[in-house]
Amino acid sequence: MLYFHCTTVHPHYFLQENWNSDPRFIFLICHADLCCCCYSHRPVIPLSKMSRRYDSRTTIFSPEGRLYQVEYAMEAIGHAGTSLGILASDGVLLAAERRNTHKLLDEVVFSDKIYKLNDDMACSVSGITSDANVLTNELRVIAQRHLLQYQESIPCEQLVSILCDTKQFYTQAGGKRPFGVSILYMGWDKHYGFQLYQSDPSGNYGGWKATCIGNNSAAAVSMLKQEYKEGETKLTDALALAVKVLSKTLDMTKVTPEKLEIATLTRENNKTKIRILPADEVQKYITEFEAETAKAEAEKKKKEEKK
Amino acid sequence: MEFLIGIQGADFVLVAADMTAARSVFLLKHDQDKMFKLSDKLLMLCVGESGDTVQFAEYIQKNIQLYKIRNGYELSPKAAANFTRKNLADFLRSRTPYMVNMLMAGHDDQDGPSLFYMDYLAALQQVPYAAHGYGSFFTMSVIDRLYKRGLTREEAQGILQKCLDEVQRRFIINLPMFQVRIIDKDGVHDLPNLRPKPAV
Repeated sequence: MLYFHCTTVHPHYFLQENWNSDPRFIFLICHADLCCCCYSHRPVIPLSKMSRRYDSRTTIFSPEGRLYQVEYAMEAIGHAGTSLGILASDGVLLAAERRNTHKLLDEVVFSDKIYKLNDDMACSVSGITSDANVLTNELRVIAQRHLLQYQESIPCEQLVSILCDTKQFYTQAGGKRPFGVSILYMGWDKHYGFQLYQSDPSGNYGGWKATCIGNNSAAAVSMLKQEYKEGETKLTDALALAVKVLSKTLDMTKVTPEKLEIATLTRENNKTKIRILPADEVQKYITEFEAETAKAEAEKKKKEEKK
Repeated sequence: MEFLIGIQGADFVLVAADMTAARSVFLLKHDQDKMFKLSDKLLMLCVGESGDTVQFAEYIQKNIQLYKIRNGYELSPKAAANFTRKNLADFLRSRTPYMVNMLMAGHDDQDGPSLFYMDYLAALQQVPYAAHGYGSFFTMSVIDRLYKRGLTREEAQGILQKCLDEVQRRFIINLPMFQVRIIDKDGVHDLPNLRPKPAV
Protein backbone atom coordinates (compact mmCIF):
# COMPACT_ATOMS: atom_id res chain seq x y z
CA MET A 1 0.00 0.00 0.00
CA LEU A 2 1.23 3.47 -0.83
CA TYR A 3 1.09 5.96 2.05
CA PHE A 4 1.59 9.69 2.33
CA HIS A 5 1.73 12.16 5.15
CA CYS A 6 -0.70 14.84 4.20
CA THR A 7 -3.99 15.09 2.39
CA THR A 8 -2.44 16.85 -0.57
CA VAL A 9 -0.45 14.65 -2.90
CA HIS A 10 3.19 14.35 -1.92
CA PRO A 11 5.68 15.71 -4.48
CA HIS A 12 7.44 12.36 -4.65
CA TYR A 13 4.20 10.81 -5.88
CA PHE A 14 4.54 12.75 -9.10
CA LEU A 15 8.18 11.80 -9.37
CA GLN A 16 7.38 8.15 -9.19
CA GLU A 17 4.40 8.46 -11.47
CA ASN A 18 6.50 10.25 -14.10
CA TRP A 19 9.11 7.62 -13.80
CA ASN A 20 6.55 5.00 -14.57
CA SER A 21 3.21 6.34 -15.68
CA ASP A 22 1.25 3.28 -14.64
CA PRO A 23 -0.08 3.97 -11.14
CA ARG A 24 -0.67 0.29 -10.52
CA PHE A 25 3.06 -0.24 -10.70
CA ILE A 26 3.60 2.13 -7.81
CA PHE A 27 1.00 0.20 -5.93
CA LEU A 28 2.99 -2.96 -6.46
CA ILE A 29 6.38 -1.70 -5.44
CA CYS A 30 5.25 0.30 -2.38
CA HIS A 31 3.83 -1.89 0.32
CA ALA A 32 5.43 -0.48 3.44
CA ASP A 33 3.25 0.71 6.30
CA LEU A 34 5.21 3.93 6.52
CA CYS A 35 5.58 7.01 4.39
CA CYS A 36 7.26 5.93 1.20
CA CYS A 37 9.22 9.20 1.00
CA CYS A 38 10.72 9.71 4.39
CA TYR A 39 10.07 6.28 5.95
CA SER A 40 8.74 7.81 9.15
CA HIS A 41 5.95 6.38 11.24
CA ARG A 42 3.91 9.53 11.71
CA PRO A 43 0.16 9.21 11.00
CA VAL A 44 -0.32 8.58 7.31
CA ILE A 45 -3.33 8.22 5.07
CA PRO A 46 -3.58 5.51 2.44
CA LEU A 47 -3.51 6.32 -1.27
CA SER A 48 -6.86 4.64 -1.74
CA LYS A 49 -8.51 7.55 0.07
CA MET A 50 -6.91 10.11 -2.21
CA SER A 51 -7.36 8.84 -5.71
CA ARG A 52 -10.78 9.28 -7.24
CA ARG A 53 -9.34 9.74 -10.69
CA TYR A 54 -10.32 6.60 -12.49
CA ASP A 55 -13.67 5.71 -10.99
CA SER A 56 -15.63 8.84 -10.20
CA ARG A 57 -18.13 8.48 -13.00
CA THR A 58 -20.27 5.53 -11.98
CA THR A 59 -23.21 7.28 -10.33
CA ILE A 60 -23.85 10.69 -11.83
CA PHE A 61 -27.01 12.29 -13.09
CA SER A 62 -28.06 11.57 -16.66
CA PRO A 63 -29.00 14.61 -18.78
CA GLU A 64 -32.65 13.91 -17.93
CA GLY A 65 -31.78 14.13 -14.25
CA ARG A 66 -31.96 10.43 -13.45
CA LEU A 67 -29.61 8.12 -11.63
CA TYR A 68 -29.44 5.08 -13.83
CA GLN A 69 -27.35 2.92 -11.52
CA VAL A 70 -29.96 3.33 -8.78
CA GLU A 71 -32.81 2.62 -11.18
CA TYR A 72 -31.05 -0.49 -12.46
CA ALA A 73 -30.63 -1.67 -8.89
CA MET A 74 -34.38 -1.25 -8.32
CA GLU A 75 -34.93 -3.16 -11.55
CA ALA A 76 -32.79 -6.03 -10.26
CA ILE A 77 -35.03 -6.29 -7.23
CA GLY A 78 -38.08 -6.49 -9.49
CA HIS A 79 -36.81 -9.88 -10.63
CA ALA A 80 -35.83 -11.17 -7.20
CA GLY A 81 -37.81 -13.37 -4.83
CA THR A 82 -40.83 -11.70 -3.27
CA SER A 83 -41.04 -10.55 0.35
CA LEU A 84 -44.23 -9.37 1.99
CA GLY A 85 -45.00 -7.76 5.32
CA ILE A 86 -48.27 -7.08 7.16
CA LEU A 87 -48.78 -5.08 10.32
CA ALA A 88 -51.49 -6.37 12.66
CA SER A 89 -52.83 -4.96 15.92
CA ASP A 90 -51.22 -7.73 17.98
CA GLY A 91 -48.06 -8.35 15.96
CA VAL A 92 -46.27 -8.15 12.62
CA LEU A 93 -45.44 -10.77 10.04
CA LEU A 94 -42.99 -11.20 7.20
CA ALA A 95 -43.45 -13.74 4.44
CA ALA A 96 -40.86 -14.53 1.80
CA GLU A 97 -40.71 -16.57 -1.35
CA ARG A 98 -37.87 -19.06 -1.25
CA ARG A 99 -36.22 -19.65 -4.61
CA ASN A 100 -33.20 -21.75 -3.68
CA THR A 101 -35.04 -25.02 -3.61
CA HIS A 102 -32.76 -27.52 -5.27
CA LYS A 103 -33.18 -31.05 -4.08
CA LEU A 104 -29.41 -31.51 -3.77
CA LEU A 105 -29.03 -28.32 -1.72
CA ASP A 106 -27.93 -29.15 1.79
CA GLU A 107 -30.24 -27.33 4.16
CA VAL A 108 -27.86 -25.97 6.74
CA VAL A 109 -30.25 -23.28 7.87
CA PHE A 110 -34.00 -23.54 7.86
CA SER A 111 -34.50 -19.89 7.02
CA ASP A 112 -32.51 -18.10 4.36
CA LYS A 113 -34.36 -14.88 3.63
CA ILE A 114 -35.60 -13.77 7.03
CA TYR A 115 -32.91 -12.64 9.45
CA LYS A 116 -33.20 -11.83 13.13
CA LEU A 117 -31.44 -8.51 13.79
CA ASN A 118 -31.72 -8.17 17.57
CA ASP A 119 -34.16 -9.07 20.34
CA ASP A 120 -36.82 -6.78 18.91
CA MET A 121 -36.37 -6.82 15.14
CA ALA A 122 -36.17 -9.07 12.11
CA CYS A 123 -35.92 -8.37 8.41
CA SER A 124 -36.60 -9.99 5.09
CA VAL A 125 -34.55 -9.20 2.01
CA SER A 126 -35.20 -9.18 -1.73
CA GLY A 127 -32.40 -8.75 -4.20
CA ILE A 128 -28.82 -9.85 -4.56
CA THR A 129 -28.20 -12.28 -1.71
CA SER A 130 -24.50 -11.47 -1.31
CA ASP A 131 -25.28 -7.75 -1.01
CA ALA A 132 -28.02 -8.60 1.47
CA ASN A 133 -25.59 -10.53 3.66
CA VAL A 134 -23.38 -7.46 3.91
CA LEU A 135 -26.36 -5.29 4.85
CA THR A 136 -27.82 -7.67 7.43
CA ASN A 137 -24.39 -7.90 9.03
CA GLU A 138 -24.25 -4.09 9.09
CA LEU A 139 -27.76 -3.97 10.62
CA ARG A 140 -26.74 -6.31 13.41
CA VAL A 141 -23.62 -4.25 14.11
CA ILE A 142 -25.67 -1.03 14.25
CA ALA A 143 -28.13 -2.66 16.66
CA GLN A 144 -25.36 -3.94 18.94
CA ARG A 145 -23.59 -0.57 18.86
CA HIS A 146 -26.76 1.07 20.19
CA LEU A 147 -27.16 -1.63 22.83
CA LEU A 148 -23.55 -1.10 23.94
CA GLN A 149 -23.99 2.64 24.26
CA TYR A 150 -27.42 2.81 25.87
CA GLN A 151 -28.03 -0.70 27.30
CA GLU A 152 -31.35 -0.53 25.50
CA SER A 153 -32.61 -2.00 22.22
CA ILE A 154 -32.37 0.38 19.27
CA PRO A 155 -35.70 1.97 18.28
CA CYS A 156 -36.87 0.52 14.94
CA GLU A 157 -36.82 3.65 12.82
CA GLN A 158 -33.31 4.56 13.99
CA LEU A 159 -31.92 1.24 12.80
CA VAL A 160 -33.61 1.60 9.42
CA SER A 161 -32.52 5.20 9.08
CA ILE A 162 -28.87 4.50 9.93
CA LEU A 163 -28.69 1.64 7.42
CA CYS A 164 -30.29 3.87 4.80
CA ASP A 165 -27.48 6.39 5.34
CA THR A 166 -25.10 3.62 4.23
CA LYS A 167 -27.32 2.72 1.29
CA GLN A 168 -27.52 6.37 0.21
CA PHE A 169 -23.75 6.74 0.47
CA TYR A 170 -23.34 4.03 -2.15
CA THR A 171 -25.52 5.97 -4.61
CA GLN A 172 -23.34 9.06 -4.39
CA ALA A 173 -19.74 8.10 -3.65
CA GLY A 174 -17.59 7.55 -6.69
CA GLY A 175 -16.60 4.03 -7.64
CA LYS A 176 -19.33 2.41 -5.61
CA ARG A 177 -22.22 0.35 -6.91
CA PRO A 178 -25.53 0.72 -5.05
CA PHE A 179 -26.69 -2.25 -3.01
CA GLY A 180 -29.13 -4.30 -5.09
CA VAL A 181 -31.32 -4.97 -2.09
CA SER A 182 -34.70 -3.89 -0.77
CA ILE A 183 -35.45 -4.79 2.81
CA LEU A 184 -38.61 -5.22 4.85
CA TYR A 185 -38.13 -4.74 8.58
CA MET A 186 -40.53 -5.74 11.31
CA GLY A 187 -40.00 -4.73 14.89
CA TRP A 188 -41.31 -3.50 18.18
CA ASP A 189 -40.14 -0.57 20.28
CA LYS A 190 -41.50 1.21 23.31
CA HIS A 191 -42.09 4.43 21.41
CA TYR A 192 -44.32 3.29 18.56
CA GLY A 193 -45.14 -0.39 19.28
CA PHE A 194 -45.28 -2.79 16.32
CA GLN A 195 -43.79 -1.40 13.13
CA LEU A 196 -43.15 -2.36 9.52
CA TYR A 197 -40.61 -0.57 7.33
CA GLN A 198 -39.33 -0.90 3.80
CA SER A 199 -36.07 0.43 2.37
CA ASP A 200 -34.80 0.80 -1.22
CA PRO A 201 -31.35 0.79 -2.88
CA SER A 202 -31.70 4.57 -3.18
CA GLY A 203 -31.66 4.94 0.57
CA ASN A 204 -35.33 5.87 0.79
CA TYR A 205 -37.38 4.25 3.51
CA GLY A 206 -40.92 4.40 4.83
CA GLY A 207 -43.26 2.89 7.38
CA TRP A 208 -46.08 0.70 6.06
CA LYS A 209 -49.19 -1.13 7.25
CA ALA A 210 -48.74 -3.76 4.58
CA THR A 211 -46.32 -3.86 1.69
CA CYS A 212 -44.44 -6.09 -0.69
CA ILE A 213 -41.08 -6.04 -2.51
CA GLY A 214 -39.59 -8.18 -5.25
CA ASN A 215 -41.08 -9.96 -8.22
CA ASN A 216 -44.66 -8.94 -9.05
CA SER A 217 -44.77 -6.73 -5.96
CA ALA A 218 -47.01 -4.09 -7.59
CA ALA A 219 -49.82 -6.62 -7.99
CA ALA A 220 -49.37 -7.82 -4.43
CA VAL A 221 -49.43 -4.28 -3.04
CA SER A 222 -52.67 -3.46 -4.88
CA MET A 223 -54.21 -6.69 -3.53
CA LEU A 224 -53.10 -5.77 -0.02
CA LYS A 225 -54.55 -2.30 -0.47
CA GLN A 226 -57.94 -3.83 -1.27
CA GLU A 227 -57.98 -6.52 1.38
CA TYR A 228 -56.22 -4.89 4.36
CA LYS A 229 -58.70 -3.78 7.02
CA GLU A 230 -57.23 -0.95 8.98
CA GLY A 231 -57.19 -1.35 12.75
CA GLU A 232 -59.10 -4.62 12.77
CA THR A 233 -56.49 -6.99 11.38
CA LYS A 234 -55.36 -9.59 13.90
CA LEU A 235 -52.18 -11.59 13.34
CA THR A 236 -54.22 -14.69 12.38
CA ASP A 237 -56.07 -12.64 9.72
CA ALA A 238 -52.74 -11.26 8.53
CA LEU A 239 -51.32 -14.77 8.14
CA ALA A 240 -54.29 -15.85 6.04
CA LEU A 241 -54.00 -12.68 3.97
CA ALA A 242 -50.26 -13.19 3.42
CA VAL A 243 -50.77 -16.73 2.12
CA LYS A 244 -53.64 -15.58 -0.07
CA VAL A 245 -51.74 -12.67 -1.63
CA LEU A 246 -48.58 -14.69 -2.22
CA SER A 247 -50.47 -17.66 -3.72
CA LYS A 248 -52.17 -15.36 -6.20
CA THR A 249 -49.17 -13.25 -7.15
CA LEU A 250 -46.28 -15.73 -7.21
CA ASP A 251 -45.98 -17.33 -10.63
CA MET A 252 -46.37 -20.90 -9.51
CA THR A 253 -49.42 -23.12 -9.69
CA LYS A 254 -49.29 -24.33 -6.10
CA VAL A 255 -47.58 -22.80 -3.09
CA THR A 256 -45.74 -25.27 -0.86
CA PRO A 257 -44.09 -24.79 2.57
CA GLU A 258 -40.70 -25.37 0.92
CA LYS A 259 -41.20 -22.25 -1.17
CA LEU A 260 -42.74 -20.05 1.50
CA GLU A 261 -41.07 -18.74 4.60
CA ILE A 262 -43.13 -16.96 7.27
CA ALA A 263 -42.00 -15.26 10.46
CA THR A 264 -44.08 -13.51 13.10
CA LEU A 265 -43.17 -10.96 15.75
CA THR A 266 -45.35 -10.68 18.86
CA ARG A 267 -45.12 -9.53 22.47
CA GLU A 268 -45.38 -12.05 25.29
CA ASN A 269 -44.76 -11.29 28.98
CA ASN A 270 -43.22 -7.92 28.14
CA LYS A 271 -40.73 -9.53 25.76
CA THR A 272 -40.61 -9.59 21.97
CA LYS A 273 -40.98 -13.02 20.45
CA ILE A 274 -39.77 -13.65 16.91
CA ARG A 275 -40.82 -16.99 15.49
CA ILE A 276 -40.14 -18.56 12.12
CA LEU A 277 -43.10 -20.81 11.43
CA PRO A 278 -42.28 -24.51 11.01
CA ALA A 279 -43.24 -26.19 7.73
CA ASP A 280 -46.34 -27.94 9.09
CA GLU A 281 -47.79 -24.66 10.34
CA VAL A 282 -47.20 -22.98 6.98
CA GLN A 283 -48.87 -26.00 5.36
CA LYS A 284 -51.86 -25.48 7.67
CA TYR A 285 -52.40 -21.92 6.41
CA ILE A 286 -51.95 -23.01 2.80
CA THR A 287 -54.50 -25.81 3.22
CA GLU A 288 -56.96 -23.39 4.83
CA PHE A 289 -56.54 -21.01 1.93
CA GLU A 290 -57.01 -23.78 -0.64
CA ALA A 291 -60.16 -25.02 1.09
CA GLU A 292 -61.56 -21.52 1.04
CA THR A 293 -60.81 -21.02 -2.65
CA ALA A 294 -62.35 -24.38 -3.50
CA LYS A 295 -65.46 -23.42 -1.55
CA ALA A 296 -65.75 -20.06 -3.26
CA GLU A 297 -65.34 -21.66 -6.65
CA ALA A 298 -68.00 -24.27 -5.94
CA GLU A 299 -70.44 -21.54 -4.97
CA LYS A 300 -69.64 -19.61 -8.08
CA LYS A 301 -70.34 -22.68 -10.21
CA LYS A 302 -73.64 -23.24 -8.46
CA LYS A 303 -74.73 -19.68 -9.16
CA GLU A 304 -73.85 -20.04 -12.82
CA GLU A 305 -75.82 -23.28 -13.08
CA LYS A 306 -78.87 -21.57 -11.58
CA LYS A 307 -78.70 -18.92 -14.25
CA MET B 1 -15.31 19.03 50.05
CA GLU B 2 -18.44 19.17 47.92
CA PHE B 3 -21.58 17.26 48.75
CA LEU B 4 -24.40 15.75 46.68
CA ILE B 5 -27.31 13.69 47.91
CA GLY B 6 -30.34 12.02 46.34
CA ILE B 7 -33.29 10.13 47.82
CA GLN B 8 -35.85 8.25 45.75
CA GLY B 9 -39.43 8.18 47.00
CA ALA B 10 -42.71 6.64 45.90
CA ASP B 11 -43.14 8.65 42.68
CA PHE B 12 -40.31 11.19 42.81
CA VAL B 13 -36.61 11.69 43.46
CA LEU B 14 -35.44 14.39 45.89
CA VAL B 15 -31.94 15.74 45.30
CA ALA B 16 -29.75 18.34 46.97
CA ALA B 17 -26.36 19.82 46.18
CA ASP B 18 -24.18 22.21 48.16
CA MET B 19 -23.67 25.60 46.53
CA THR B 20 -20.06 26.41 47.34
CA ALA B 21 -17.38 26.95 44.75
CA ALA B 22 -13.97 26.68 46.39
CA ARG B 23 -10.38 26.65 45.26
CA SER B 24 -7.78 25.32 47.71
CA VAL B 25 -8.62 27.09 51.01
CA PHE B 26 -10.56 29.89 49.33
CA LEU B 27 -14.31 30.12 48.97
CA LEU B 28 -15.07 31.69 45.59
CA LYS B 29 -18.84 31.86 45.82
CA HIS B 30 -21.76 30.41 47.71
CA ASP B 31 -24.45 30.36 45.01
CA GLN B 32 -22.96 27.85 42.55
CA ASP B 33 -25.45 25.74 40.58
CA LYS B 34 -24.24 22.12 40.39
CA MET B 35 -27.39 20.75 38.77
CA PHE B 36 -27.72 20.26 34.99
CA LYS B 37 -31.05 19.58 33.35
CA LEU B 38 -30.34 16.90 30.74
CA SER B 39 -33.91 16.54 29.49
CA ASP B 40 -37.48 17.25 30.62
CA LYS B 41 -37.39 14.71 33.42
CA LEU B 42 -33.70 14.09 33.97
CA LEU B 43 -31.32 16.00 36.18
CA MET B 44 -27.58 15.53 36.62
CA LEU B 45 -25.75 16.66 39.77
CA CYS B 46 -22.06 17.00 39.17
CA VAL B 47 -19.03 17.50 41.45
CA GLY B 48 -15.30 17.03 41.03
CA GLU B 49 -12.45 18.84 39.29
CA SER B 50 -13.96 22.28 38.84
CA GLY B 51 -13.50 22.76 35.08
CA ASP B 52 -14.31 19.15 34.26
CA THR B 53 -17.73 19.15 35.90
CA VAL B 54 -19.24 21.84 33.70
CA GLN B 55 -17.44 20.66 30.56
CA PHE B 56 -18.55 17.05 30.91
CA ALA B 57 -22.08 17.84 32.08
CA GLU B 58 -22.68 20.22 29.19
CA TYR B 59 -21.22 17.72 26.71
CA ILE B 60 -23.65 15.05 27.89
CA GLN B 61 -26.51 17.56 28.09
CA LYS B 62 -26.02 18.71 24.51
CA ASN B 63 -25.72 15.15 23.20
CA ILE B 64 -28.93 14.13 24.91
CA GLN B 65 -30.66 17.16 23.41
CA LEU B 66 -29.24 16.20 20.00
CA TYR B 67 -30.73 12.73 20.39
CA LYS B 68 -34.11 14.31 21.07
CA ILE B 69 -33.91 16.53 17.99
CA ARG B 70 -32.78 13.67 15.76
CA ASN B 71 -35.36 11.13 16.88
CA GLY B 72 -38.30 13.14 18.15
CA TYR B 73 -38.34 11.46 21.56
CA GLU B 74 -36.11 11.59 24.61
CA LEU B 75 -33.77 8.98 26.01
CA SER B 76 -35.11 7.12 29.03
CA PRO B 77 -33.25 7.88 32.29
CA LYS B 78 -31.69 4.42 32.19
CA ALA B 79 -30.49 4.82 28.60
CA ALA B 80 -29.20 8.33 29.34
CA ALA B 81 -27.33 7.09 32.42
CA ASN B 82 -25.73 4.27 30.45
CA PHE B 83 -24.86 6.68 27.66
CA THR B 84 -23.14 8.92 30.21
CA ARG B 85 -21.32 5.93 31.70
CA LYS B 86 -20.05 4.83 28.28
CA ASN B 87 -18.77 8.31 27.52
CA LEU B 88 -17.07 8.73 30.87
CA ALA B 89 -15.54 5.25 30.61
CA ASP B 90 -14.17 6.05 27.15
CA PHE B 91 -12.74 9.36 28.37
CA LEU B 92 -11.24 7.64 31.39
CA ARG B 93 -9.21 5.44 29.06
CA SER B 94 -8.17 8.35 26.84
CA ARG B 95 -5.47 10.97 27.36
CA THR B 96 -8.12 13.41 28.61
CA PRO B 97 -10.10 11.80 31.43
CA TYR B 98 -12.76 13.76 33.30
CA MET B 99 -12.55 13.76 37.11
CA VAL B 100 -16.26 14.06 37.88
CA ASN B 101 -18.61 12.30 40.25
CA MET B 102 -22.32 12.55 39.66
CA LEU B 103 -25.83 11.63 40.56
CA MET B 104 -28.56 11.35 37.95
CA ALA B 105 -32.18 11.59 38.94
CA GLY B 106 -34.96 11.01 36.46
CA HIS B 107 -38.52 9.96 35.92
CA ASP B 108 -39.78 7.61 33.20
CA ASP B 109 -43.47 7.26 32.32
CA GLN B 110 -43.12 3.47 32.24
CA ASP B 111 -40.41 2.73 34.82
CA GLY B 112 -41.22 5.48 37.34
CA PRO B 113 -38.57 7.41 39.28
CA SER B 114 -34.92 6.35 39.25
CA LEU B 115 -31.68 7.50 40.83
CA PHE B 116 -28.22 6.66 39.46
CA TYR B 117 -24.89 6.96 41.22
CA MET B 118 -21.70 7.25 39.20
CA ASP B 119 -18.12 8.06 40.22
CA TYR B 120 -15.18 9.27 38.11
CA LEU B 121 -14.23 5.64 37.35
CA ALA B 122 -17.59 5.35 35.54
CA ALA B 123 -18.99 2.84 38.01
CA LEU B 124 -22.72 3.20 37.46
CA GLN B 125 -25.27 1.93 39.94
CA GLN B 126 -29.00 2.36 40.25
CA VAL B 127 -29.78 2.97 43.92
CA PRO B 128 -32.68 4.15 46.15
CA TYR B 129 -30.47 6.76 47.83
CA ALA B 130 -26.92 7.97 47.30
CA ALA B 131 -24.44 10.67 48.28
CA HIS B 132 -21.10 11.94 46.96
CA GLY B 133 -18.25 13.68 48.74
CA TYR B 134 -17.00 13.69 52.33
CA GLY B 135 -20.55 14.42 53.41
CA SER B 136 -21.56 10.91 52.34
CA PHE B 137 -19.39 9.47 55.16
CA PHE B 138 -21.62 11.20 57.68
CA THR B 139 -24.99 10.81 56.00
CA MET B 140 -25.16 7.24 54.68
CA SER B 141 -25.71 5.86 58.16
CA VAL B 142 -28.49 8.39 58.75
CA ILE B 143 -30.36 7.39 55.58
CA ASP B 144 -29.65 3.68 56.21
CA ARG B 145 -31.55 4.05 59.47
CA LEU B 146 -34.43 6.21 58.23
CA TYR B 147 -35.04 5.07 54.63
CA LYS B 148 -37.99 2.94 53.72
CA ARG B 149 -39.58 2.13 50.36
CA GLY B 150 -42.31 4.40 49.10
CA LEU B 151 -41.37 7.55 51.03
CA THR B 152 -43.69 10.55 50.79
CA ARG B 153 -42.30 13.93 49.89
CA GLU B 154 -42.55 15.21 53.45
CA GLU B 155 -40.73 12.14 54.82
CA ALA B 156 -37.97 12.47 52.22
CA GLN B 157 -37.53 16.15 52.96
CA GLY B 158 -37.35 15.33 56.68
CA ILE B 159 -34.58 12.78 56.07
CA LEU B 160 -32.74 15.26 53.87
CA GLN B 161 -32.85 17.93 56.58
CA LYS B 162 -31.50 15.43 59.14
CA CYS B 163 -28.64 14.51 56.77
CA LEU B 164 -27.68 18.14 56.19
CA ASP B 165 -27.79 18.80 59.94
CA GLU B 166 -25.47 15.84 60.52
CA VAL B 167 -23.00 17.17 57.94
CA GLN B 168 -23.12 20.55 59.62
CA ARG B 169 -22.53 19.02 63.03
CA ARG B 170 -19.63 16.66 62.22
CA PHE B 171 -17.91 17.83 59.03
CA ILE B 172 -15.08 20.31 59.53
CA ILE B 173 -15.88 22.24 56.34
CA ASN B 174 -18.77 24.66 56.43
CA LEU B 175 -21.44 24.08 53.78
CA PRO B 176 -23.96 26.82 54.50
CA MET B 177 -26.45 26.52 51.65
CA PHE B 178 -28.01 23.67 49.66
CA GLN B 179 -29.98 23.75 46.42
CA VAL B 180 -32.92 21.31 46.47
CA ARG B 181 -34.94 19.93 43.58
CA ILE B 182 -37.56 17.27 43.02
CA ILE B 183 -38.06 15.22 39.86
CA ASP B 184 -41.46 13.62 39.23
CA LYS B 185 -43.82 12.78 36.39
CA ASP B 186 -44.34 16.48 35.64
CA GLY B 187 -40.64 17.33 35.37
CA VAL B 188 -38.04 19.07 37.50
CA HIS B 189 -39.26 21.36 40.30
CA ASP B 190 -37.28 23.83 42.40
CA LEU B 191 -37.68 23.73 46.17
CA PRO B 192 -36.49 26.53 48.46
CA ASN B 193 -32.78 26.44 49.27
CA LEU B 194 -32.04 24.62 52.51
CA ARG B 195 -29.81 25.79 55.36
CA PRO B 196 -28.65 23.21 57.87
CA LYS B 197 -29.47 23.81 61.54
CA PRO B 198 -26.48 25.54 63.23
CA ALA B 199 -24.45 22.95 65.18
CA VAL B 200 -24.02 25.14 68.24
